[in-house]
Amino acid sequence: MTESLLEIKDILIEADIEGEWKPIVNSLSMTLKRGEVIGLIGESGAGKSTFGLCALGYTKPGCRIVSGSIKLDGQELVGQPEAELRNIRGNKVAYVAQSAAASFNPAHTLLDQFSEAPIQHGKMVASEASVRGREIFAQLDLPEPDTIGERYPHQVSGGQLQRAMTAMALGSNPDIIIFDEPTTALDVTTQIEVLSAIKEAVKSRNVAAIYITHDLAVVAQMADRIMVLRYGDLVEEGDAREMLANPKQEYTQKLLAVRSLRDNKIIDDAQNTILEIHDVTARYPGTNIDVLSNISIKLEKGKTVAVVGESGSGKSTLARVITGLLPPSKGTVSFRGEVLPASLKEKSRDNLRSIQMIYQMADVAMNPRQRIREIIGRPVEFYLGKTGAENEARVLELMKQIEIPENFIDRFPGQLSGGEKQRICIARALAAEPELIICDEVTSALDQLVAEGILDLLQNLQNELNVSYLFITHDLATVKAIADEIVVMYQGKIVEQGPKAQILEPPYEDYTELLLSSVPEMDPDWLDDLVERRKRGEAPTSETLGQR
Amino acid sequence: MKIIEFIKDLNWSARIGLIIILFFAFCAAFAPWVAPYGESQIVGDVWEPIGGEFLFGTDLIGRDMLSRLIFGARNTIVLALITTACSFSLGALMGFLAATMGGWVDQLLSRIVDIIISVPTLIAALIVVSAVGTSFFVLAAVIGIIYAMPVYRIARAVAMDVEVMDYVEAARLRGEGLWWIMKREILPNAMTPLAAEFGLRFCFVFLLISGLSFLGLGLQPPLADWGAMVRSNSEGIAWGFMHPLIPASCIALLTIGINLLVDSLVHKASGLRDDH
Amino acid sequence: MILKRVGLGLFTLLAISLLITVGVEMLSGDVCTAILGQMASEETVAACHKKLDLDRPMFVRYVEWLFNFLQGDMGNSLANERTVLELISARIGNTLYLAALSSLVAIPLGISLGVVAALYRNTGFDRGISVTTLSTISVPDFFVAYILMALFAVKFQIFPAISNVSSGMGFWERFYVSGLPVLTLTLISIAHMMRMTRASIVNLLASPYIEMAKLKGIKPGRIIVKHALPNAWAPIIQVVILNIAFMVVGVVIIEVVFVYPGLGALMVDSVQLRNMPVVQATAMIFAAAYVLLNLLADVLSIIANPRLRHRR
Repeated sequence: MTESLLEIKDILIEADIEGEWKPIVNSLSMTLKRGEVIGLIGESGAGKSTFGLCALGYTKPGCRIVSGSIKLDGQELVGQPEAELRNIRGNKVAYVAQSAAASFNPAHTLLDQFSEAPIQHGKMVASEASVRGREIFAQLDLPEPDTIGERYPHQVSGGQLQRAMTAMALGSNPDIIIFDEPTTALDVTTQIEVLSAIKEAVKSRNVAAIYITHDLAVVAQMADRIMVLRYGDLVEEGDAREMLANPKQEYTQKLLAVRSLRDNKIIDDAQNTILEIHDVTARYPGTNIDVLSNISIKLEKGKTVAVVGESGSGKSTLARVITGLLPPSKGTVSFRGEVLPASLKEKSRDNLRSIQMIYQMADVAMNPRQRIREIIGRPVEFYLGKTGAENEARVLELMKQIEIPENFIDRFPGQLSGGEKQRICIARALAAEPELIICDEVTSALDQLVAEGILDLLQNLQNELNVSYLFITHDLATVKAIADEIVVMYQGKIVEQGPKAQILEPPYEDYTELLLSSVPEMDPDWLDDLVERRKRGEAPTSETLGQR
Repeated sequence: MKIIEFIKDLNWSARIGLIIILFFAFCAAFAPWVAPYGESQIVGDVWEPIGGEFLFGTDLIGRDMLSRLIFGARNTIVLALITTACSFSLGALMGFLAATMGGWVDQLLSRIVDIIISVPTLIAALIVVSAVGTSFFVLAAVIGIIYAMPVYRIARAVAMDVEVMDYVEAARLRGEGLWWIMKREILPNAMTPLAAEFGLRFCFVFLLISGLSFLGLGLQPPLADWGAMVRSNSEGIAWGFMHPLIPASCIALLTIGINLLVDSLVHKASGLRDDH
Repeated sequence: MILKRVGLGLFTLLAISLLITVGVEMLSGDVCTAILGQMASEETVAACHKKLDLDRPMFVRYVEWLFNFLQGDMGNSLANERTVLELISARIGNTLYLAALSSLVAIPLGISLGVVAALYRNTGFDRGISVTTLSTISVPDFFVAYILMALFAVKFQIFPAISNVSSGMGFWERFYVSGLPVLTLTLISIAHMMRMTRASIVNLLASPYIEMAKLKGIKPGRIIVKHALPNAWAPIIQVVILNIAFMVVGVVIIEVVFVYPGLGALMVDSVQLRNMPVVQATAMIFAAAYVLLNLLADVLSIIANPRLRHRR
């Protein structure tokens, strides 16, 4: 079983970027053996998706294969007519997309979409396909496998839909499946269920796979071999275990580096509470479900509290309550010992100044039609009344603090990279000279290395300016890196809260343990071990939690 | 030099559109100097042939068609321009207000617009004209208000798209006032789609005014007006005189020209490429 | 959801009727002062009000008008002794005939051209048809009408220039006489429908699930029929009905060009004569047709949406 199934040689793919053809995959090669899983890893713009998709003989609109060869089982794909390629797609090579919700046709049932490829490729008749569909649904741990196929895509959850898409790819017994970031859009606890289902399905059938992701820890669980890509070039390629244990290139080493943990600060006895949320309950107007119930949090000056939870936990709503965008239905928010007005309109300018916010998507957090000068300069003028030369001097000073060159001052946000944009947002918050900054998922839209740079910067600024952070995130690695205290939220309630050491070390609270255990680790055996432990009942699962 | 770059960026169809627009704008601006005869001067026999002594012949009472076309350009285009400007100021202001204030303001404005917009424009114009009669300002006001409704919808939709952006929330959290948010955060980002829309709406307004004039309910004689010129010379068609087709072609040419330009601008602004 | 939409539609109709009657009255000013002049004494004006039934509050008269209207009593024409109902019923059939005949030709043709253009997008065929339809929709309706008249009535003399249909005509004669207005209306609405159909299909072809279908190796024909079309019904229904609505209203100018005795021509004549009862009644009919068709379009596209049809 060592014959090579797929051989890609020196493939060069170009994309039409504003009317010019530019290479996005630079003469990459790959050999995939039967039953082997290759992980393609890289940050955004690495060309990993484009490279993966070419195994189907497909390029996205606006891209083209310039040269090179793709041989599937000895058959050349480059230059084949569409009709030939159609025989391969969904038949010998199948594809699993990132967004299952958008990739399922809303007009047909899951089973119909499952059966389509096998029937159209003449592999099965409808009755065979539906029997097989139920089998595979059951194997992928979908609930009610006999009837779930009759549902429409919008009637099942995101994690289930992603598994249904994997089932669909397995439908016509392909030789190769291409997974394009299949778990990126999911919560950690859901991700793990999908990952283990995918791994089980792939291994038991001896299907070869190309697994595309930006997350090394995920790829460590799935892949036999790993290719690290950057800017369309190959950085490093090798056996998964070997590379993880012993990375050769500096870039790979950086990706693998474990983030330095923050020293546990000694909490002084002298209480210097800056923000106190007391027994807050909130719901959105026109609904009758509490998105937050009985939340109480205290935040000390110069400290960082991390609020962690999955989607739907209410952690972003908490930020809206503190800022006054959503007045709570019960409870109060106090700042420096004074109760803040509940709604935004009643807040004094000084209230507004002293609590600033940084957003997840720096792209949309800055007006694309304003220059950096105005973006940072406006709060300086608005809160501190500085105009003209004084204003500019302050803007330049802030730019220096966030390590952005002075000559960027007349640029528009569109002319900056993702990390630079987030730095400008930090400067805009600092410009108000606040005492508290709410950071709402500030690193989750960024590539790993860039994100680490931002966390470092925030840390340095805190040491320098003694500002407090309320850090809202779903990423436990970020929490470990930056928090003094941790608040764990689940479905609008606080599950657990306390100093970092207490939360992150045993004994664990059940949900916290589930969260912690679900974060993928670099150890390639991690997933298998975890699944084993969960089967034996030694680690909590979402089901055991649901039964509480 | 921005203008030259702008023109260089245009594709061939947009350039043709631009040339057509500039040509008519020139005629409208310098009508008294460009036109060989006066607006209502009778210069020859009835329906003199096209291409003879008079380039486009004469009309049903012997006025020079070319001169009347040039003066007509001025009357019709200026009326349409003023009207469109009215409808845009009104519609955009209402739309921005609805989007930024939300709540009951949005509800109220939107419901009113829903109702007015569900009367077909020509019918609405006919009703008002029948009640108040026709004069330059009545026409501009009436059509301006009617067309402010679709502008409101577009401006509101565009502003809503901007309004949900975090930078608007950031401005609110900073404590900025309503006016500042509308002017500094929303307007600059709504400019491009609204500018394209202005071109399209101008066409609609222009066609509606021409239509009304054609029905005898627009600008009144002896003011020259393209729509009315079509109507008054229409009997000629049956006798084989193609005269009414000339002002009709002018209307058609100008709207096509604007459409060509706007189409390519919209395409470029949205970065659309439909080659999936 | 559907009930809510229907309710909203009916409310809109009511609001429009109020807008039309009250608005017209307010804008026209006091009829009696206009008739009698500024110098008329208070008594004569009051007598005039009494005679024209203007002495009661506006709202009462509106409610009365509405009830009468719903029962078919639309008052009397000011121009002659006939009732408005009589005038309208003589004409409404002609207008419906025109709209129906044009729809019959335009809907299948417009949609299929749109689908074909979407399939062969960015080819010569698509560009050619795009430029043609863009030109058609951006020129005034009467321009298209006169070009057709110059061509088919004057140059080739296939159809009569004036479409003077009358009730005694047989089917073929009527068809022949109304040839040109039907042709004009058809041309214009084909252009509209073709563009909208093309746009909505091209829009749909960009969805990830269409890409997924391609990556499953599905044939292009099947992708259009099985994957695009079921999701395109809602926009296509909208296209069709909006165009019928457009036709019902768009006939006004075309009827005038061809002197076709329809509702639109009647309305224009009445506006010129300031014959308000007729204007109000015709406007109400046009607006009602427009609102009801839009309502129908919305309801049908709610029904056609798979997400709404199969609730969680």
